[in-house]
Amino acid sequence: MTSNTLTIEAARNALRKREITAVELTEACLAAAGASAKLNAFVHHTPDLALEMAKAADARLASGDAPSMCGIPLGIKDLFCTRGVPSQAASNILSGFTPEYESTVTTKLFADGAVMLGKLNMDEFAMGSSNENSAYGPAINPWRDGLTPGGSSGGSAAAVAADLCIAATGTDTGGSIRQPAAFTGTVGIKPTYGRVSRWGVVAYASSLDQAGPMTKSVRDAAIMLGAMAGHDAKDSTSADIAVPDFEAALTGDIRGKKIGIPREYRMDGMSDEIDVLWRRGAEMLRDAGATIVDISLPHTKYALPAYYVIAPAEASSNLARYDGVRYGMRATLDAGDGITDMYEKTRAKGFGKEVQRRVMVGAYVLSAGFYDAYYNRARKVRALIKRDFENAFADGVDAILAPATPTPAFEIGKKSGNPVEAYLNDVFTVTLNLAGLPGVSVPVGLSASGLPLGLQLIGQPWQEAELLNHAYVLEKSAGFVAKPAKWW
Amino acid sequence: MLDLTFENPKPKVIAGALHDWELVIGMEIHAQVSSNAKLFSGASTGFGAEPNSHVAFVDCAMPGMLPVINEFCIEQAVRTGLGLKAAINLRSAFDRKNYFYPDLPQGYQISQLYHPIVGEGEVLVEMGPGVARLVRIERIHLEQDAGKSIHDMDPNSSFVDFNRTGVALMEIVSRPDIRGPEEAAAYVTKLRQILRYLGTCDGNMQNGNLRADVNVSVCRPGQYERYQATQDFSHLGTRCEIKNMNSMRFIQAAIDYEARRQIAILEDGGSVAQETRLYDPDRNETRSMRSKEEAHDYRYFPDPDLLPLEIEQAWVDGIAATMPELPDAKKARFMGDFGLTDYDANVLTAELDAAGFFEEVAKGRDGKQAANWVINELFGRLNKEGLAIEASPISAAQLGGILDLMAKGEISGKMAKDLFEIVWTEGGDPAEVAAARGMKQVTDTGAIEAAVDEIIAANPAQVEKAKANPKLAGWFVGQVIKATGGKAAPATVNELVNRKLGL
Repeated sequence: MTSNTLTIEAARNALRKREITAVELTEACLAAAGASAKLNAFVHHTPDLALEMAKAADARLASGDAPSMCGIPLGIKDLFCTRGVPSQAASNILSGFTPEYESTVTTKLFADGAVMLGKLNMDEFAMGSSNENSAYGPAINPWRDGLTPGGSSGGSAAAVAADLCIAATGTDTGGSIRQPAAFTGTVGIKPTYGRVSRWGVVAYASSLDQAGPMTKSVRDAAIMLGAMAGHDAKDSTSADIAVPDFEAALTGDIRGKKIGIPREYRMDGMSDEIDVLWRRGAEMLRDAGATIVDISLPHTKYALPAYYVIAPAEASSNLARYDGVRYGMRATLDAGDGITDMYEKTRAKGFGKEVQRRVMVGAYVLSAGFYDAYYNRARKVRALIKRDFENAFADGVDAILAPATPTPAFEIGKKSGNPVEAYLNDVFTVTLNLAGLPGVSVPVGLSASGLPLGLQLIGQPWQEAELLNHAYVLEKSAGFVAKPAKWW
Repeated sequence: MLDLTFENPKPKVIAGALHDWELVIGMEIHAQVSSNAKLFSGASTGFGAEPNSHVAFVDCAMPGMLPVINEFCIEQAVRTGLGLKAAINLRSAFDRKNYFYPDLPQGYQISQLYHPIVGEGEVLVEMGPGVARLVRIERIHLEQDAGKSIHDMDPNSSFVDFNRTGVALMEIVSRPDIRGPEEAAAYVTKLRQILRYLGTCDGNMQNGNLRADVNVSVCRPGQYERYQATQDFSHLGTRCEIKNMNSMRFIQAAIDYEARRQIAILEDGGSVAQETRLYDPDRNETRSMRSKEEAHDYRYFPDPDLLPLEIEQAWVDGIAATMPELPDAKKARFMGDFGLTDYDANVLTAELDAAGFFEEVAKGRDGKQAANWVINELFGRLNKEGLAIEASPISAAQLGGILDLMAKGEISGKMAKDLFEIVWTEGGDPAEVAAARGMKQVTDTGAIEAAVDEIIAANPAQVEKAKANPKLAGWFVGQVIKATGGKAAPATVNELVNRKLGL
């Protein structure tokens, strides 16, 4: 066993005891990452920077000034702007873009001493559930060649599952942390909207985007979320709410808690395996002393269509800035081409098909005459979905247990021909983004074909600590320890 | 306070070939908010800097950058709303107006379509003594200014300067209550005056920090009154919007041209197409920019990067408590306290600095005389030299000193003008300058009497004429003053001459 397989918790303890140095840990991760080309998880390696940061971390560790993340090598999703390091959101339109600023999340992580190994693959502009919509080509699921690690944080999930890093950053607009975590046997939490700053994260859908950690354990998620979270005056949607000690909240005691099982999540097209897993998960929580109750979230079926109106609408506007004028790619122009030609050629060449599709859908639903029928109606649906959850929590439910995905990881190319089928993958996850709630995906078992399966726990706003504690209990009860066999 | 009883001005009537037409005008004024920093970034708003030197990452829409509201700009908008007696909306929100243009880096302008910060207000536009138009304000919203495209630097390329990108603008939208080109110009003038009093906009039209979009339509006499009674726009003609004007003269010329163009179309049996037009001052005409069909679909929607803006009534009250005296109130006070004419009060309140200067001069002195001196001598001289009031070489205290010498009878009006000239060029305390130069009029009756007697004795023919026609007595007064080297007090001379001539 080499140190790259460690959790944050284990690495932190070893680093603090000086059983290992940050440089050694970083070198192990760099070696693993460097030998992972077949996974296509990393799109940009930063070994020099990593070693420099590791040395600085060792100095801090030696001086006794060592926050939990100090010396922990991380992969950073390409959606985060990292100063002096290419940050392209896996899009050709940002070819060559190297920001002169550092996102708030990475700033906080690096301030705590975390080490950046490089940038991770993803669906272009975080649009997708299979990492196939990437200018760099798809990341591959380490559990089996040819399978998707999910998306959009597919590179993050693959890198964590394959031990190419100790943990990774992800972002979640409609399930982009939780679904890939479930597909790869890792843990991912989408915090409450406003918990983590969006400043410096390339925007997909501003009212839904939220960054979070992707880790090997619930405790790691608690540690890393603590380092990422907090109010940021540079993000007007960031909440000025104190960040509790998430790790300290992992008591393992959920006795007397009430867990809701939403009946509307039991839907057609869900695999039997997932259904069985869900029941088992409920039993585990009950065995740990929680009460299981059936609840109703009646507007669930409208969530997916509402999401696929709101997210593209915001995206169509957020992506208007990629016009070839100031940075990134500009298409080669013909003599006599005007500004409109420049826009059209640049955007046609620079954006992939799925991005173009969502930009067009978004422009359509916002256009005069359709705004009320689509965008405004979707906003109303969103308010109803939020109310469904509020009602459930008002009835005394502490957390909600649901599947994370309808199926285990699927083959690359299987759903790429049919966008609607691909969108259906998000059916269990988008509701939380619409309602702004925190949700965590925890690996609970293996499918008959040996692939990881995850369950999702949904918490109350700003109650990530309690939510993580539930996830911790589920993790312990499930005892999921399987790892992918190295084939890459 | 100002007497609020006034008559409405007559609407401008344009005689067509067939019959008379009236104009109906509504305006959207884009006023740059006076603020050191932009609406959503800390970048400077300074004018005339090196291109692209006042640009924050968010201004040029770098990936992942987010807007943060500049509280001072909100305060300025609220102050403006209060100054226009408008409703302040404690909850407002920002929306995105989406369109592509190189000087709009985000691909959208952040504006306030659905929930503006300021609601209905009003502006009293005086067109003469006792004649004024009350123009209703529909709303004021905050929005970002765009950058500047430069097309004439290179034959193959265009350039963009983002210094202006993201600077805060207030769009002040009026109801269609303006009834002629002169009223339109007077409305802009009045609005500009109020904004400058408030300190919320510099109103420098040449630099483009006050620009007007003008909506013009024409209708038959009587139609406007029907609109007013019902607020039903169908009584009015189809309007055209003339974009982006930054001169009072062009505003008037463009409205006049546009009204006549529409009248010609209508009298030819055609119909006016609703469209956006541009005014070309070189050819004095408006040209179609885009038709209603070609109008952009801006796909407005609430900006998800910004939470709705909520302000407290107490905060608004705090701003209200610091409001300066506004032009209407100041004018009324000047007329009441200093006995000024309507005209003089208008002139003296046009600019805040000038009003302050006048008030310092007038305080404890004859207000009318102070007004005459400030308007005629001081403003006349400043205009001649092309100087602003702040750069006046004569201070209010110095001018007041000159008036004091005159009031005490120590110098004549003629001497006062000479003294003004000396103090203007050389400075100094007026009393000391007058003393040093022996500028003191003679009021000693004995000395003057001798001079009067001498001149009467020497001019018997003139004496006869003056007795027949008393107006000619002035000749003797002039001769006496001349004989005393200009030092004889005119009032004394006048009295003596009249007595000696038996008039």
